[in-house]
Amino acid sequence: MDFLGRDVISIKELSKDEITSILSFAKKMVPYAKGEQQTTILQDKVLSVLFFEPSTRTRLSFESAMNRLGGRVIGFADPSGTSQKKGESLADTIRMADSYSDAIVLRHPQEGAARLSAEFATHPVINAGDGAGQHPTQTLLDLFTIKTEKKKIEGQNVVLLGDLKYGRTAHSLAYALAFFGANLTFVSPESLRMPKEVVSECKEFGVEPVNTSHLDKAIKEADVLYVTRIQKERFPDPEEYNKVMGSYRVTCELLKNGKEDLIVMHPLPRVTEIDPEVDATPHALYFKQAFNGVPVRMALLALIFGRKTL
Amino acid sequence: MKELKITPIKEGTVIDHITAGNAVKVLHILKIPETTTSVVSVVINVASRIGKKDIVKIENRELDPKELNKIALIAPKATINIIRDFEVVKKSKVQLPREVFGILKCPNPTCISNAREPIESRFYVISDDPPRIRCYYCEREPEDVVDRII
Repeated sequence: MDFLGRDVISIKELSKDEITSILSFAKKMVPYAKGEQQTTILQDKVLSVLFFEPSTRTRLSFESAMNRLGGRVIGFADPSGTSQKKGESLADTIRMADSYSDAIVLRHPQEGAARLSAEFATHPVINAGDGAGQHPTQTLLDLFTIKTEKKKIEGQNVVLLGDLKYGRTAHSLAYALAFFGANLTFVSPESLRMPKEVVSECKEFGVEPVNTSHLDKAIKEADVLYVTRIQKERFPDPEEYNKVMGSYRVTCELLKNGKEDLIVMHPLPRVTEIDPEVDATPHALYFKQAFNGVPVRMALLALIFGRKTL
Repeated sequence: MKELKITPIKEGTVIDHITAGNAVKVLHILKIPETTTSVVSVVINVASRIGKKDIVKIENRELDPKELNKIALIAPKATINIIRDFEVVKKSKVQLPREVFGILKCPNPTCISNAREPIESRFYVISDDPPRIRCYYCEREPEDVVDRII
């Protein structure tokens, strides 16, 4: 399996074997991600981290991943200090970053921005989220979290909850979970149902997702409850947002109806959808999930630079 | 004897076997009448062996491949006849390529292909008849292909 020089734009471009191999390498990265062991396998590499949209976890975990591997990071977290402000095209910004570094990580508000960047860059481009489009490393870390906690993905009963219409995380994850043979239940308000195209993709893998509005029933058989935020910024009509805001809230009371080893995940940031009292329960996996972004991104970075061993 | 509804042309292009009712859309795609001062004849709902069809005859103009691709998007069964001195010198069926460049606009306002970037729009053709396309950049699949033609 050769990842050397590969762009990582969409989870759909990775085969099952490739994903499995990234996850296996990520497992080996955990002690390095925690700082318990040290490595300098990327000491000769510079990574551009270009964030045109706000981010906490994705940006910091990419930077941490590169630093933990001994590499260096350049970039920005806010485009207002760059020539974009003067009207420079994304293509030109990418050409510059490409000449200053060995790979580019890009977060951008417009769908297809990473695909465009990959056309103009000679070095690998990793998509760190393009508008409502793809966010492949989030999907990889979600799969890694489920696999680490549940030992396998196939056959797990996974409930996806919240904004399934606009949430890019939910779309990519549903695809990937179906790809690996998980059983899927989609819980959302009527107006925020999973798009038909995503449901069709799941069916192509032989998975028949269940659509429901009833979380209390869906949670009973769940092994994984994946909660997503209802994203105000993706609603064209504020009135629609007000109608569905706060429609689901995960509480300790609700979790009493679930399995003892049910895990609750969330890509974060959360607002009101998970009660803070859940944080102290063994169900709460979201902070560990956020940490998992570091070993997974370390594995991916090492692999695209052709480093397969530590 | 069969009566000809319109006469043969001396030089130009005859687009035959257009899906009945789509001739006007073909004119729209070819930006006719804005792009030509020659005679253009349009026949709609002509009876043929395989049912009704439309025909467009454009005098003094030979279509280039980019224009043919556009026609294939709305009339996948069309045939193109290039006429020189009343003879058909070339006859071909329109064929959609696997990708089309620069002839469609993505309907997604937040697609990067609609930003001020040095790129052409680019779509994968995922089905020929009826034509279905997917934006190479944002991966959306526009429902009405005709409305997306630039």
